[in-house]
Amino acid sequence: MLAINDLHVSYGGIKALRGINLKIEEGQIVTLIGANGAGKSSTLRAIMNLVKKESGTIIYDDDDLTNLKTQEIVKKGIVLSPEGRRVFPNLTVEENLILGAYTIKDKASIQNQMNKMFELFPRLKEREWQKAGTLSGGEQQMLAVARALMIKPKVLMLDEPSLGLAPLLVKDIFEIIKEINRQGNTILLIEQNAKKALEVAHYGYVIETGSIVLEGEGRSLLNNDKVKEAYLGEAK
Amino acid sequence: MSIQEFLQHLANGTSLGSLYALIAIGYTLVYGILRLINFAHGEIFMLGAYIAYYGIFFTPLPWWLVFILASVLTGLIGLLLEKIAYKPLRNSPRITILISAIGASFLFQNLGILIFSGRPKAFPAPAFLNGVLNIGGVSVGTISLIIPVVTIILLVLLTFIIQKTKTGMAMRALSKDYEAASLMGIDINKVISFTFFIGSFLAAVGGIMWGIKYLQLVPHMGVMPGLKCFIAAVIGGIGNITGAVIGGFILGLGEIMLIAFLPTLTGYRDAFAFILLILILLVKPTGLMGEKIAEKV
Repeated sequence: MLAINDLHVSYGGIKALRGINLKIEEGQIVTLIGANGAGKSSTLRAIMNLVKKESGTIIYDDDDLTNLKTQEIVKKGIVLSPEGRRVFPNLTVEENLILGAYTIKDKASIQNQMNKMFELFPRLKEREWQKAGTLSGGEQQMLAVARALMIKPKVLMLDEPSLGLAPLLVKDIFEIIKEINRQGNTILLIEQNAKKALEVAHYGYVIETGSIVLEGEGRSLLNNDKVKEAYLGEAK
Repeated sequence: MSIQEFLQHLANGTSLGSLYALIAIGYTLVYGILRLINFAHGEIFMLGAYIAYYGIFFTPLPWWLVFILASVLTGLIGLLLEKIAYKPLRNSPRITILISAIGASFLFQNLGILIFSGRPKAFPAPAFLNGVLNIGGVSVGTISLIIPVVTIILLVLLTFIIQKTKTGMAMRALSKDYEAASLMGIDINKVISFTFFIGSFLAAVGGIMWGIKYLQLVPHMGVMPGLKCFIAAVIGGIGNITGAVIGGFILGLGEIMLIAFLPTLTGYRDAFAFILLILILLVKPTGLMGEKIAEKV
């Protein structure tokens, strides 16, 4: 279980996170929803130690990740697929996947996992030798997710995986997220597409200006009036 | 000009071009990853030659081992240079780190004068490397033929490292996206250190072969080759390794041919590089192989 306790982050005097508490249970999909600038990405970036934490702790099972470097957190099996896909455009699909497994030494298990990814995303197999920069947005997103899965992460964090994708592809991506979860992966999902996210999530948190204002099971949040009004565009 | 003369100039130009290519790669590797022009790179080249010089005089080791060890040692100096002069400034404005590079360059030059003395030293090259070969009426220094061969071997090795190894992949990933690279679990600092090591190693090999070819070492010997190889990297498209090699050969061959065909312009041989730089910046500022940088808006 990944636990984030009382996390505070500031950017040059502006408070981005004001004491975030999250719990991600093994085998679950947990989502964090909120408006632009509410602090969703900052939370993930703070977990990965890409931004400095003012205070708070990040604990995975019995390991304290709070002060580890990004690459050490990755080695512990906590992986972030960042917002905007961020695949390496100058590298081929295959090379992107190999880098996803950068911390793994065993070549056979890398190859094994890569084959699994090609099963999950047949489109990537067709594009194996292509430069990632030449892929379409949807394919790049698949590559970004596959790349993050290469080390068989204990917790997979996805930052806006549906951003900028056509509606049909958005559906695909959420199907894939469910499938990955069925295969036993724990997922922390960040989305602006609150409806879709809450539909697939076991548990959800709502973040507003750096604080968690609501939490509950995915279904119950879907039916919550406040959530409906603010995030699902449904009037009371 | 007879065909023999032309071939002689061609051999000279190729070996000079090879040396420029070796040094230019260091500029382009570092720029590709840090977006920094490492102005101390010419001094690394100088250090490589001097370390080999002292190695030959003060150790009983065979010359080839001295050359290899001197190149490795120079590579480590390059790595230390980054740790001391550039790493602490990585989050500063780019101009700050550039000034640090210029400072490091002056420091090395003056330390060189202090430690090695400003007087020229004769490079103790093994005799057979300094021989002259006569092939069908064309007389060429042995070293002028060895330099391109060594360069090609190193280029093949470098290409292999960058294209096929995981570290090479990490270098290419880093050149596009630091943060995404660190999210893969890549240790950014290690990759940067490795890049400086490789670039400095190649510069040292260049410096040693330069010493064998021109036989004379002075502490400011790295200044002009350093500037020219920076120009070679820009001509080829800075950040692009193939471009740096092409730029190096254009500059080396061009310089020698200019003197060969227009001997009255011999005094302007150094100006050639700078004129070429101005031309390329006017016509194709991204260099021959450089990619257009699409700024996201």
